[in-house]
Amino acid sequence: MSAATDEAPVPTDVAAEHAARTQRPPPGFARTVATLLRKELLVELRTLESVPGMSLFAVTVFVIFHFALNRSGVNGDEASGILWVTLLLAAMLGINRLFVADAEEGGFDGFLLAPVDRSALLVAKALALLSYLVVLELVAVPAFALLLLEPSLGPALPDLPGVLLLGDLGIALIGTLVAAIAVRTRARDLLGPLLALPLLVPVVIGGARATAPLLTLSHQTGPSLRWPLELALYDLVFGLIAYAVFDFLLED
Amino acid sequence: MRPPGDGWRVGVDLPALELEDLTRLYGEREALAGVSLSLQPGQTLVVLGPNGAGKTTLLRVLATLLRPHSGEVRVLGHGLPDEAWAVRGRVGLLGHEPLLYRELTASENLRFHARLHGVGMERVGELLEAVGMANRTEEPVRTLSRGMVQRVATARALLHDPELLLLDEPRANLDPAGAELVEPLIGAKSGRTRVVCSHNPEADLDEADLVLGLRSGRPAMLANPAALTGTAIKDLYG
Repeated sequence: MSAATDEAPVPTDVAAEHAARTQRPPPGFARTVATLLRKELLVELRTLESVPGMSLFAVTVFVIFHFALNRSGVNGDEASGILWVTLLLAAMLGINRLFVADAEEGGFDGFLLAPVDRSALLVAKALALLSYLVVLELVAVPAFALLLLEPSLGPALPDLPGVLLLGDLGIALIGTLVAAIAVRTRARDLLGPLLALPLLVPVVIGGARATAPLLTLSHQTGPSLRWPLELALYDLVFGLIAYAVFDFLLED
Repeated sequence: MRPPGDGWRVGVDLPALELEDLTRLYGEREALAGVSLSLQPGQTLVVLGPNGAGKTTLLRVLATLLRPHSGEVRVLGHGLPDEAWAVRGRVGLLGHEPLLYRELTASENLRFHARLHGVGMERVGELLEAVGMANRTEEPVRTLSRGMVQRVATARALLHDPELLLLDEPRANLDPAGAELVEPLIGAKSGRTRVVCSHNPEADLDEADLVLGLRSGRPAMLANPAALTGTAIKDLYG
């Protein structure tokens, strides 16, 4: 269980008592995460509310840039900046919808009534958002290469997925935290981006700086380790913050 | 399904519910104030009162979804909110919201909740059969009628075999056949401790061991149903 809650610490015998009373053990953390993640992906597969919208938005932005810039292509810092800002704005669409079904259909209450670790919801939601971002990038990065990128994407491919994944992890953790705050307010569509975007600026800076050398015409061999490490550190810090405060967000 | 018995009782000597001067605020407004009562295992508390009286708030406090702001609340022998962990998984809530995902089928919803409670999948089929939904298990909840959704929600509330049932107008939306089907599961003969919020005193008082009348969040009456007069109930809603 997360340490940060205003309830008293869970006595060590609670699980044993629950098992004795109900004649079954409460589900473990990994099993709870798997259950929540499975539900999350199932709902998305049925509704197609997040991933298609995110992907379509990203491709549309690239088309707009393609015509607005009126150039044969972009590379280096420009290319990296356009890619990361577009991915970030597309991610906001998914972040805004992350908890909507739970808030509107009683999923929060159903979860809170179960004898499970509440932090499992943070992990499951972050993993769901991470998977949405990976699918988004499978669509958006080739579209970006086709519409805007001057150098070939091929030489960047060995290093680019790792950099994207580090950025995705930060977006997923911060996005989940912010979505859990915003969904309980009336102005959630406004509050989500207002809270998330400033927190995500370091992710965009780190991601863009780490990606820029990969997208130059000279095809540099790889990013320096500085920016990927800074991204990883930021992910770690926000992962710990999210884990520490998530229980408070679920309290009434 | 497990038959009713002492196994799901909190204990012979220990009350299932003990409230002492319970207060719950929404902002500065008192949604509940000065509520005190004690309910023994296996007994039924019927809560009456006009709209906005605090009935649903009381259920949500007992379900650990809302924190009491003052007073003492013990549910199944555990004090809230400090020991809420020990209560979760032993309480079944059937409220106005079905707590079901509209895009998932009845079966998928129940399997989801069964996994969260560590319940075997065979119980999902048993309960869907018991509420008369065995032939509609693979249809998304959004395509079901309100009565059918209420039946699935009833199955959801009972999945983990709760000791304490918190029921907010549990027969709302049910036709007579549906009400008859769920009666053995959530009615007085289920053997469970129950808190039933009702707008239908004639139907529900017969099952009551204790009646709490709320008005504007405050207890207007607390009595044995045999001692209640029609005037008292009329005054409560007046």
